[in-house]
Amino acid sequence: MSARRIVLTSGKGGVGKTTTTANLGAVLAKRGHRVVVVDADIGLRNLDLVLGVEKRIVFDLVEVVEGRCQLRQALIKDKRLENLSILPAAQTRDKTAISELQMANVVQQLGELCDYVLIDCPAGIEHGFRNAIAGASEAIVVTTPEVSAIRDADRVIGKLNERGLPVRLIVNRLRPEMVRSGDMLSVEDVTDILSAELLGIIPEDEEVIDTTNRGEPIVLQPESRLAAIYDKIARRLEGDLVPFTTLRAPGFFGRLFGKAS
Amino acid sequence: MFEFIQRFFGKPASSATAKERLRLVLLSDHLSLAPDVVEALKHDLIEVISRYVDVDASNCDVTFEQREKQVAMLANIPILGMRARPKPPAPPPAPPPAPEPELTPAMTESTAAAASGDKRPTRKRRRKTLSTNTAPQAT
Amino acid sequence: MIQREEAPAVSAVPRKRGRAIVITSGKGGVGKTTTTANTGAALAATGATVVLVDADVGLRNLDIVMGLEARVRYHVLDVLEGAATLDDALVADKRVPALRLLAAAQTREKDDVDTIAFRDLIGSLRERFDYVLIDCPAGIEKGFANAIVGADEAIIVCTPEVSAVRDADRVVGLLGDERSVKLIVNRLRPALVRKGKMLSVEDVNAILRLPLLGVITDAPDVIISTNRGEPVALDAASPVGASYREIAQRIIGTLTTPPVVPHDKSIFEKLFGSRK
Repeated sequence: MSARRIVLTSGKGGVGKTTTTANLGAVLAKRGHRVVVVDADIGLRNLDLVLGVEKRIVFDLVEVVEGRCQLRQALIKDKRLENLSILPAAQTRDKTAISELQMANVVQQLGELCDYVLIDCPAGIEHGFRNAIAGASEAIVVTTPEVSAIRDADRVIGKLNERGLPVRLIVNRLRPEMVRSGDMLSVEDVTDILSAELLGIIPEDEEVIDTTNRGEPIVLQPESRLAAIYDKIARRLEGDLVPFTTLRAPGFFGRLFGKAS
Repeated sequence: MFEFIQRFFGKPASSATAKERLRLVLLSDHLSLAPDVVEALKHDLIEVISRYVDVDASNCDVTFEQREKQVAMLANIPILGMRARPKPPAPPPAPPPAPEPELTPAMTESTAAAASGDKRPTRKRRRKTLSTNTAPQAT
Repeated sequence: MIQREEAPAVSAVPRKRGRAIVITSGKGGVGKTTTTANTGAALAATGATVVLVDADVGLRNLDIVMGLEARVRYHVLDVLEGAATLDDALVADKRVPALRLLAAAQTREKDDVDTIAFRDLIGSLRERFDYVLIDCPAGIEKGFANAIVGADEAIIVCTPEVSAVRDADRVVGLLGDERSVKLIVNRLRPALVRKGKMLSVEDVNAILRLPLLGVITDAPDVIISTNRGEPVALDAASPVGASYREIAQRIIGTLTTPPVVPHDKSIFEKLFGSRK
């Protein structure tokens, strides 16, 4: 049994790759899968902060690659979800510290230990990006409904297609009331422009800032609406046909955001 | 409320502007074609078709779509009626910079910009980029 | 043949030396490009000559945020590689006559840029413009090294979020002591700060400890203006635009008071104290 090895990428930074990786990892673990999330952003790691494990880091990805520790020693087990582990990036090194081949090897080895490997890719399309996608068998592109994020996502989708990786899309930070007033691109607009299958729609939610401050994935709060949305995304990843939630703000002519996939 | 009134009187929703700008800029990213060249291509295409049939020029829609590995051009050109006899083709290749009367705003702007600059891209260069357009597989 | 070396001795006019300021952050998506576009537009609106340089080779966006994407013909690498002159590549802004854009290459990579050549390019821009604003890419690799090499001032853009602060802290360390470094806190939501759900400006600066150049609140105006490609700094009616114009005045030196940190309004203020 080989694990699903999924890279989360975007081109543009700050669209929510790390938050999405953490939450998707957590929700998959909650659903009973063994999950390892990997921070590929060497030099600017943040997945540890978002998951609240920053104080428990002993070894990192670069030390694994350099043979200074065993892979299992570098994995930090989440205290809340026993199925979830994180492999942190090195903070004081840079992206050239490892090669694509080394990264692919690490991801391959992780794949033997779990069901899902989620790789949090750094911003950009250079060395760090090439490393992050090296060991992946599929990709999730995270974007926001903003012109620069979509342009960068388009560039990244092109590069992923060149590699032959299947690509699915998460539209993050949607503000339904702004879509309704014509001030934000709708999910339909985004999927019209980008050629990738839609995997999820995540509304802007201020609680995410709060939970990140505390290092707790929002999906651990069962009453949160985002928890339900991430759960649906996880089920779509598992292969279920889950209809898209209509994130419609109240109004007469709200557009349907759901798109059959 | 002010926004609403503004919109009522014709200022398009900013998301519509964003979508149109994105379409154009991504096409030029994909084909390495300058956006004004894309506009010129649309313009010329409509002009050629209108030699044979009467078209509703104000409602023509020419878009490009990224499909798997290539870019497809989709034209939606409403036909008003057939011409009794096709118009003769325009005098062979128009003289290089010739600004034509019905240029789109983008075209007018960039032609003006190019003319005021001391060095404008030569006709030859344009041809070269256009020929890559016919073989989009390259990108 | 004229001996070139003699020329400088003859010229009595001192060379102009504009200010080169890099806008950086470490973390992506915190608003570097928006800050570059708006600060530049606000500076140029005062009459200063300004050039905005997009250093994000491969993922350029400054052109689209400025609404100038249809006018870009040549880019930075064309200039560095001699395929175009600087005059060919500088794109004039539609609205502000003293503003120019030098776009990044979209289909190339950051490794294609020679750091020393880029530094020299910034040097020659400084001879022609009062302000050279460089929009740095996310990350701390080659693109960052290129973007900072010609600048002797830096503006750190940071949002009130733990990961942005951590990355900003790392970048401040990498910028070294020889550059003047100032801070813009972007996307502040005073209501969330009041509820204790967002770091305050003081929290952020307790860690970064930098002179504060400005505070920008999170407002839909910015998304709308980016959709349209019109810098919000040129919108006289927008409070966010006013914040950018103040930042420009602080850079020039005509405004010396520190930025006012916006606080959350009470319900009474919201009902009766609207600014519109």
